Amino acid sequence: MTLIETLASVRPGTALADAMEKRAEILRLSEAAHDAVVLPRDPGGLSLGLRAALAARMARQNRNAALADHYDTLVARADEPATAPLADPEATVTEPRVAEIVRHADRLTVAPRDATQAHIEALRQVGVTDADIVRLAELAAFVNYQVRVLAGLKLMGEMR
Amino acid sequence: MSEVVHTFTTTVPRWQPYVVPVDFAAATEEQHAAMQTTPSNKGISPYVLTLAHDPETLAVRSPLFNLIMYGKDGLASSERELGAVAASIVNRCVYCAAVHASRFTAQTKRSDVIDAIFADGLNATIDEHLQAIFDFSAHLSPTPPEATTADVRALADVGLNELEVLDLVLSSAIFGWANRLMHTLGEPIKD
Repeated sequence: MTLIETLASVRPGTALADAMEKRAEILRLSEAAHDAVVLPRDPGGLSLGLRAALAARMARQNRNAALADHYDTLVARADEPATAPLADPEATVTEPRVAEIVRHADRLTVAPRDATQAHIEALRQVGVTDADIVRLAELAAFVNYQVRVLAGLKLMGEMR
Repeated sequence: MSEVVHTFTTTVPRWQPYVVPVDFAAATEEQHAAMQTTPSNKGISPYVLTLAHDPETLAVRSPLFNLIMYGKDGLASSERELGAVAASIVNRCVYCAAVHASRFTAQTKRSDVIDAIFADGLNATIDEHLQAIFDFSAHLSPTPPEATTADVRALADVGLNELEVLDLVLSSAIFGWANRLMHTLGEPIKD
């Protein structure tokens, strides 16, 4: 079962369960996307611990506690003391590169409409490569997709 | 002269990245493989070359995007496009809104819906059926999401079945993804 199906816990035999069965390939690709952004073979300059902590942070900013719990298990598995506290949306770091990455991750999650070219330049200034800027955008974009699929499925489940 | 487009329009601009895209000729085998399928089958654009910086994600994202937006049966294609437009209004992705509003208009052969949405944004008043779709997607798009069971009830009331509502959830959500790439990694240019 994919993560979205596990967290949605849709009751078998319902119309929603049937609809999800019809969209099984989408759920499978969503799971593959999760692995590509959170557990990539090549993490580039964004460590697995940082990715998991930012994903947990984004889930919390979206008020999805169950999804945050999932990412917390990946934070624990990565065992990176420097980045693990970032799973808390209130936490910040002083190291300039990671601090800028966190600021941008927060913006991408909470107010993507406010993003400008100046923010990309600020990331470059502290040594974030263009490839890592794209990886960070994909991470935030995916988690926010996942949050909305889960939110929609929860509402549909509550309609019964 | 080229200028950045800041207002919603159905004239599709050119998307210009803020980062340096991957050089196709110098791309790795994995990057080439990830560019085999492109979103909306639009070819290898500066957007795809930008996303090729993360080939693992791109290789999954393009087929996922295409399946959600162009998959068979379920919600009408134009209504998926309307879900995409609503998300793009919330996230202010002018480029995404232009592309998907144009598709909605081309498929439905009517321009009044998009005219109303571009004029009044999230407060737009449109036909009851389309209003329920637009409002659901608009309410799902903020952080945290604000959609309620009343929004889902409104979809059922205008006749959407379970599969169609699921398709709307997915098309709205995938634009929570697309908007966060297109609006933050580059900008729309009118040449």
